[in-house]
Amino acid sequence: MNMQTPITHTAAEEALIAALGKVDSVAKEAAARALAGIEKSGLPTRRVEAWHYTDLRNLLRDYPKPPRAIQSEFSSESLVDLPPLVEGYTLGFSNTFHVIGHLAGMPEGLSGTVGEEALTTTHGVPVEADTIGLINAGLAETGVVLAVQAGVKLAEPVILAHTCADETASNLRHSVRFGEGAQATFIERHHSSITGNFQSVVCNLVLEKGAKAVWVIDQELGVETTRLGQLNVELAEDTDLTILILNAGGRLVRQEVHVAVNGENANLAIKGVNLVGNDSHVDVTTTLTHNVPNTVATELFRNVVPGSGKGVFQGQIRVAQPAQKTDAQMACNTLLLSDEADFSAKPELEIFADDVVCAHGATVADIEDEQLFYLRARGIPERDARALLVKAFVEEVFEDFEDTELAGALVDRIESWLDING
Amino acid sequence: MIEIRNLHVKIADTDTMILNGVDLTVKAGEVAAIMGPNGSGKSTLSYVMAGKEDYEVTEGDILLNGESILEMEPDERAAAGLFLAFQYPVEIPGVPTMNFLKAAMNSQRKARGQDEFTTPEFIKKVKDAAGRLGISMDMLKRSLNTGFSGGEKKRAEILQMSLLEPKFCVMDETDSGLDIDALKVVSDGVNALRSPERAFLVITHYQRLLEHIVPDSVHVLYKGRIIQSGGKELALQLEEQGYADIIAKAA
Ligand SMILES: Nc1ncnc2c1ncn2[C@@H]1O[C@H](COP(=O)(O)OP(=O)(O)O)[C@@H](O)[C@H]1O
Ligand SMILES: [Mg+2]
Repeated sequence: MNMQTPITHTAAEEALIAALGKVDSVAKEAAARALAGIEKSGLPTRRVEAWHYTDLRNLLRDYPKPPRAIQSEFSSESLVDLPPLVEGYTLGFSNTFHVIGHLAGMPEGLSGTVGEEALTTTHGVPVEADTIGLINAGLAETGVVLAVQAGVKLAEPVILAHTCADETASNLRHSVRFGEGAQATFIERHHSSITGNFQSVVCNLVLEKGAKAVWVIDQELGVETTRLGQLNVELAEDTDLTILILNAGGRLVRQEVHVAVNGENANLAIKGVNLVGNDSHVDVTTTLTHNVPNTVATELFRNVVPGSGKGVFQGQIRVAQPAQKTDAQMACNTLLLSDEADFSAKPELEIFADDVVCAHGATVADIEDEQLFYLRARGIPERDARALLVKAFVEEVFEDFEDTELAGALVDRIESWLDING
Repeated sequence: MIEIRNLHVKIADTDTMILNGVDLTVKAGEVAAIMGPNGSGKSTLSYVMAGKEDYEVTEGDILLNGESILEMEPDERAAAGLFLAFQYPVEIPGVPTMNFLKAAMNSQRKARGQDEFTTPEFIKKVKDAAGRLGISMDMLKRSLNTGFSGGEKKRAEILQMSLLEPKFCVMDETDSGLDIDALKVVSDGVNALRSPERAFLVITHYQRLLEHIVPDSVHVLYKGRIIQSGGKELALQLEEQGYADIIAKAA
C-alpha cells in the first residue's frame, strides 16, 4: 500500500470538490469518483507525466459556479451574434442551456437528441479515466447524441456552438456516430466572455466502416477562460478522418485528442494551429494507438507565440505489434516572436511492430532576418512583412484541405487574431 | 541621382571594415558598372544602399537625389525609388509570388500617397511585364522564389524591378547563373527600363553582361575602395588582362 500524507487542497480543488459533491443526476456516480480522486491526490502536477508541461494544480486558479439560469447579457443573443464561420445546421449551448437549433429541423440523415442522454452514451467509445474524462463525466449536464446515418452525405456542416459567460462553469459531453459510408463535417465552436469562465467539453466519435468525416474545433475563448477539451475517437476500416484544431483564445487551454485506429486502411490527419496569446497557456496533447495493419496517420501543428505565452504539444504514437505497415508522421513547428515566448514539444513513439514508417520532427524558430529584409527591401513595412511571414507559416496547415470555404473562414479568423495579437 | 561619399562600412557586430572610403556618383540616365574580384565588397555596397542591418556606416554618406538615405528604413528607401536586385534572391515558402508583388507595389504606392492598384489593374500590369520576360503565370502562383531555378529567380528579380518602376536600380551579379538565352532576356528587360530619369548600378564579374547592357562608366572595386574608373573600354581591358595590373598600379 502506498502511504500518502493528506494534501492541502488549492482553492480550485476545493471549489471542484464542492461542485462535484452537489451533483445529483445520472452523473452522480461519476461525480463521486472524480471527487474521491481530487480529494485524495489533488489535480495533476508536473510530476504526473501526462501533465508534465501543464501543471494543472498550479495553473487552475478557480472553478466558478455553474449558472442556474440563462445569463442575461451574454447568452443566446451573443451566440447568435457570433460571426458565422460557414453556413450549417447549428445546435447552440449557452453555458449548459440548449438555446439554438430545433431538433425537428435536423437535416435529413442526421438523427439524435440533446439532454441528459449525452451523459451516459459514448457510442461505445471507451472513456479513459483520466483527469479531463473524470471531471467532465462528473460535471457535464448536457450535450448532444447524434448519428449520421449510413450512406448519408450531409451537404452542410453540423455546428456545435458553445458560449459561456459571467464567471460561470459550463461542461458539455457530446457523442457522434458516423454510420457506414457516412460523410459529414462537424464544427465545435467555443466562445466566451472575457471574464474567468471554465469549460470542459468531451466529444466521443465513432466512425464506422468507410465513413469520412472532418471534425473542426474552433476555440476562440475570452482571454481569462479555462478550457479542458477532449476528443475520443474510434476508427473502423476504410475510414477517413481529418481533425482540425484552431486554438485562438483562452488563458489555460488543454485539448486532448485520443484516437484508437481499429480498422485497416484507416486514414487519419490531425492538423492544428495554436495561437498562444500573452500570459496564456495552450496545450495540445494527442495519443494515437494503431491496433491493426495498414493505417496512415499524419499530424501537423503550426504554433505562433507572439508575447509571453507558453505552448505545449505532446504527441504520442503507439503502434501495437499487429499494426504492421503503419505510416505515422508527426510535425510540430513553432514560431516564437518574442524573447518571453515559450513552447515545449514532446513527440513520443512507442512501436511494437517491426515493419512501420514513423517519423516526427519538431522545430522552434523565430522569423528569418533574410526573409524579412528581402520583403522590406521591396517596400513592405516591417509590421506588414512580419505578418506576411507569420501567416505564410501558419497557413501551410490548410494547404491541401479539401473544403476551401471552411479553410478560408478559419484563415480569416487566424488573420484577425494575428492582426490584434501579432 | 546617387552620390556615395567617402563611405566606410564595417560589419555591425565586429570591427571588421569592409568598405574603406568609396566615392561614386551616378547621374540620372547613367548606367554605371562595378567590377572587382570576389570579396572586394560589391555585395556589401549594395546591401548598405538597401539598408541591411548587418552593416554599420562609420563614415561618409549616401545621397539619393541630394538627400541622405542612411537614416531611412529599407522599405522607406524602396518607396523613395531604390531597388536592389539580389545576388541571391531569398526563398519565402507560403507566400505566393502574386500576393507578394501586390503587397510590394501597393505598399510603395501607399507610402508615396498614391492610390493602390485595383486587382484587375494589378493583374494586367503583371501579365504584361511577365509576358515580356518569358515568365508564366503558373510560376507566379508558386511561393516566392521557392524552388525556382537560378534563372527563374533572376527573371523574377527583373520582373519586380519592372513592376516597381524604381528610380535607381542596383543589380548585384544578375548575370551569374544565367545561360546565354536567359542573359539576353534579362538584358532586354533592363534595357527596356533605361530612361533619362533612371539610373543603374550594375555589379558584375564579367564583360559578357556589359555587351548587352552597355555601361556609361566602369569602376573597379578592390578591398573596399574604387581603385580605377573609366569608360566601357575598361571592362574590355579587364576581361583581357585581369585585375592584376590595375591592382599593382593602385598599390
Ligand atoms: N555579414 C557579414 N559577416 C561577415 N563577413 C562579411 C559579411 N558580409 C561580407 N563579409 C565579408 O566582407 C567581404 C566582402 O564581401 P562581399 O561584399 O560579399 O564581396 P563581393 O560581393 O565583392 O564578392 C568578404 O570578405 C566577406 O567575407
Ligand atoms: Mg557579391
